[in-house]
Amino acid sequence: MILPLKLEGVAYRGIIEPLTLELGAGPSTVILGANGAGKSVLMRLMHGLLVPNAGSIAWSGENPRRHQAMVFQHPVMLRRSALANVVYALKIAGVADARRAALVALEEVGLAHLAHRSARVLSGGEQQRLALARAWALHPEVLFLDEPTASLDPSATREIETLIRAFDAAGTKVVMATHNLGQARRLGDEVLFLHQGRLVERASVDQFFAKPASPEAAAFIKGELPWV
Amino acid sequence: MPGADFNPMHSILEAIRAALGLIASGDATLGEIVLLSLGVSLSAVTLATLLGLPLGAAIAVGRFPGRRAILVLLNALMGLPPVVVGLVVYLLLSRAGPLGELGLLFTPGAMVIAQTILVLPIIAALCRQSVEDAWREYEEQLRSLGAQGVRAALTVLWDIRFSLLTAVLAGLGRASAEVGAVMIVGGNIDGVTRVMTTAIALETSKGDLPLALGLGIVLIGMILALNAAAYLVKEAAQRRYG
Repeated sequence: MILPLKLEGVAYRGIIEPLTLELGAGPSTVILGANGAGKSVLMRLMHGLLVPNAGSIAWSGENPRRHQAMVFQHPVMLRRSALANVVYALKIAGVADARRAALVALEEVGLAHLAHRSARVLSGGEQQRLALARAWALHPEVLFLDEPTASLDPSATREIETLIRAFDAAGTKVVMATHNLGQARRLGDEVLFLHQGRLVERASVDQFFAKPASPEAAAFIKGELPWV
Repeated sequence: MPGADFNPMHSILEAIRAALGLIASGDATLGEIVLLSLGVSLSAVTLATLLGLPLGAAIAVGRFPGRRAILVLLNALMGLPPVVVGLVVYLLLSRAGPLGELGLLFTPGAMVIAQTILVLPIIAALCRQSVEDAWREYEEQLRSLGAQGVRAALTVLWDIRFSLLTAVLAGLGRASAEVGAVMIVGGNIDGVTRVMTTAIALETSKGDLPLALGLGIVLIGMILALNAAAYLVKEAAQRRYG
């Protein structure tokens, strides 16, 4: 178990103001905020892609790197088949019988019939499903999702959301950044609301939307966007 | 000598016809020169590719002091004058030079060395550009998947292999077209170090225009064919892999 994840006074280049929080296993966490609020940066700090200027980020268990995965808004596919893209990730993680595990993952996201198609010629929605398969195949304890449907059409968005719910139900801790209120409602159990790099509010989804505690969150929900 | 009595008043068409005749008849001298040219230039490009791709990739991805200076130097070296490279290699390989004991001067080996030096900056600089662009796109994803160091570099190099083909071809174009360096270090010795470009220079000055033209046609034809092939390969790859 690599959770809980503890952030103590973490700051990053004025984009993230000193921030302390703990993420435990269980409920899926949605990082909500306007563009430029620091959602993606916070997620990259947690995932280890960025190093904080101050503070500390501590996972609990051994080899935390191996037990987490991230899906980006624009996932990068290697110029090889869909199957080979998943196999590549599994081999780096040292999974035995990577090919079989990759096929299972593709089956899971409904891409088995495209396994041998080149990944880069798949549609945006298919590539995002492939990115989820690549992440899911690693059976991560924590799955970071950075605006995973921001560039997809409604039908592809629905497919991706269904898969995310399935990962959540299978026990993976989902941490997702989004500025889409509907998506936060549909997929989140708790909300971390960021405003200008500060963690303004942390609440359950129901409470956040029904009774936001901060004026910034209330304005964001109403769509008033006073900071524009 | 086929062109000794060549009259400048004759139409250029006459020379072209004779040149095509030489090519069509599979002229032995012409064939020998073409083969040696190919051997020297392909060897030089192979060596420069083996050295230049890792060098370009390392400069693209690495962050170290003096990187910018190396970048500027590498770009400047793309325009190295062949005669200067020839002169430097000549000095190194001449009997009194530091590598004189190798006895390479006036051999195809010396020509390969000179062309490798000429082509290396071109392949390394173009590779650096391609890798840097790709790295910007791939870095976060590869780091997220846990690919680091040599593994990440090899993944990127393999993924942009069709773009790198352009860099290698640019190098081959440079190698097969240059005359100054191979003339100085090879000496243009008949049957030993005479390649297409040095032969064209010599035969033109001797007035044997058909042989010179014939070699010119073969040289241009080869470069055209190689580039056409590379274009087709790249197109097909783009369609297949995206």
